[in-house]
Amino acid sequence: MITMIAFYVFAAILVASAALVVSARNPVHSVLFLILAFFNAAGLFLLNGAEFLAMILVIVYVGAVAVLFLFVVMMLDVNFVELREGVQRYAPIGAMVGLVLFVELLMVIGGWRFAPAMPTLRAAPTQTNVQNTAALGDALYTHNVLLFQLAGLVLLVAMIGAIVLTLRDRSVSRRQVIARQIARSADLSLEMVPMALNAGTPATSFRRPLPEPVAHEASAAHHGAVHHGEEH
Amino acid sequence: MNWFLSLPEIVLALSGMGILLLGVVKRGDATQICSMLTIAALVLCAVLIVGNSFGPAFEGQFLADPISVFAKLLILAASAFSVLLSLDFNERAHIARFEFPVLVLFATLGMMMMVSAGNMMSLYLGLELQSLSIYVLAAFARDDLRSAEAGLKYFVLGALASGLLLYGISLVYGFSGSMDFVGIAHALADPASVSPGVIVGIVFVITGLAFKVAAVPFHMWTPDVYEGAPTPVTAFFGTAPKVAAMVLFARVMMGPFGHALGQWQTLIETISIASMILGALAAIGQTNIKRLMAYSSIGHMGYVLIGIACGNAAGLRSVLIYLAVYVFMFLGTFAVILAMRRRGEAVETIADLAGLGRNDPALALAMTVFMFSMAGIPPLSGFFGKLYVFLAAVQSGLWGLAVIGVLTSVVGAFYYLRIIKVMYFDEPGSAFDRRAPSLSVVAAATGIFTTFFFLLPAPVLNAAQAAAKVLFG
Repeated sequence: MITMIAFYVFAAILVASAALVVSARNPVHSVLFLILAFFNAAGLFLLNGAEFLAMILVIVYVGAVAVLFLFVVMMLDVNFVELREGVQRYAPIGAMVGLVLFVELLMVIGGWRFAPAMPTLRAAPTQTNVQNTAALGDALYTHNVLLFQLAGLVLLVAMIGAIVLTLRDRSVSRRQVIARQIARSADLSLEMVPMALNAGTPATSFRRPLPEPVAHEASAAHHGAVHHGEEH
Repeated sequence: MNWFLSLPEIVLALSGMGILLLGVVKRGDATQICSMLTIAALVLCAVLIVGNSFGPAFEGQFLADPISVFAKLLILAASAFSVLLSLDFNERAHIARFEFPVLVLFATLGMMMMVSAGNMMSLYLGLELQSLSIYVLAAFARDDLRSAEAGLKYFVLGALASGLLLYGISLVYGFSGSMDFVGIAHALADPASVSPGVIVGIVFVITGLAFKVAAVPFHMWTPDVYEGAPTPVTAFFGTAPKVAAMVLFARVMMGPFGHALGQWQTLIETISIASMILGALAAIGQTNIKRLMAYSSIGHMGYVLIGIACGNAAGLRSVLIYLAVYVFMFLGTFAVILAMRRRGEAVETIADLAGLGRNDPALALAMTVFMFSMAGIPPLSGFFGKLYVFLAAVQSGLWGLAVIGVLTSVVGAFYYLRIIKVMYFDEPGSAFDRRAPSLSVVAAATGIFTTFFFLLPAPVLNAAQAAAKVLFG
């Protein structure tokens, strides 16, 4: 009984907040509703005994992804009203295409033949004496270890690609070179200026710092530089 | 679990990461050493593959069999030659960076997984590993507008194709109840179980794979991407990924979907005919040689698809032979194209080849061999590729395909011969720059293979025959 009530509460809030994610005018509100939707989905997972997925959903999606979304929405000043302008114009055609696809899908599903053992299989996806987390670990690291490692390589390639295509080692960037900071001597930055009493500061007392020796500059170009040969 | 069967892949993955690390840590320019190490890793991997035994591993997700060995050796050769071709070009185009060989290496790893896939999931992950690497390679000259456009175009359309493929895979899984190729084949063995849902799924899988091999009508991206990408990358695109995708295509169609041959045969025939016709006709008007090669490769894929449409052992054998022949012709042609430089600038139009016969007889001779071979003139290797494909078609009763294939190769011969005419009979322009030794090596090696294939075809034919036996015992 209590499970039933909990299910309907979680499900209702999930559907409502999902609808608000797409309909909210303010993008920040959309992200906040998304977080609410994640929490309720986690609740649904818990009800089904998938405690590991519930935890992961909260930690990864709420903790990292949603916050990242929030940052992106706040930092990139995207004009969402402008983005939505096309919706009204394309809605009829989009709806028509969707409807056709839906009807086709229904026709396909009409021919679906379920395995006789399906209801029992669905009711007990894993053995009862194996914990949810352990079962997932078994699937990922024992039975599908090849796929798991391949997925890791795909992510590695994505990372290399992002770096290759975007990272530029600009000469104007002001990065910290600790060796240069330590090597800087007082002669370069300090100068004693004789001051007369009650005479105000002479104009010459304001000086720019002396330029760095050039030799340091050349060797510093290699520090932390990941990419070479770009400034051609 | 017999992980030892995937030792070549494991070694390649680890050496890829090692080379990446070396490139990041090493001060100064690491491109040269990383490229050499990549070639060494590819050669090592080939040795390991030859020495490895056959069988399924990782619960059937990975298959080591004669098909995969044949395809992997071809892929490794194509990748190694591509890295070799890139050395000089990247240096002069100021895009020499150590990530280039590393990305080629990871793309190669993805392709090896594709041809070894025994499961829809390993198929997809291999395909994505390959695709992601080559999207980045297409945009590698990132300050060049055309290269960036090529990368973006390839990425967007490739993502769409991956989506279609995944949708198809999910439908096939839903209706057959298995991800394993063996399981799917078992489920579809009963004709009554081939429901509309499975057929829709198969059609989507064909769509996704046809995009990856650039068969008509999913070829739109090919000319733009081939023209825009840096030339060594184009040479790579035209060879290794084509082999991987075609072998995967053949394995999926003839393995798990083999029992549904009647359902998909017409579809493949249509794609094949359309590719051959477009490849022959659209190439005629081209002035840019990279664009011309793009249409040429579309046409070649049409011929390979004839073999798949046969759906039998002879068909699979002809697919493998054609791919082996095609890879070396295509790489050789690109070695010549890469040698087209005047005063340090790469030139790409067919008219720039004018007078090559007088300025550089050796290079012109190599190009002549490749062009005659692509046109299918005996006794060059291209003739044998076409011969076995048409033979398989006739044996399977697909007369229409064979006749159209012969006709389109006659039409195609026009533009291949035109290049030869430009080289030998047109008014010579100024000579090209001195060509890099690596280009000469690749052009000579592929030229020798293409010319003398007819003297010693047995190793390739026997390997293809053994591979065909895997699926058709």
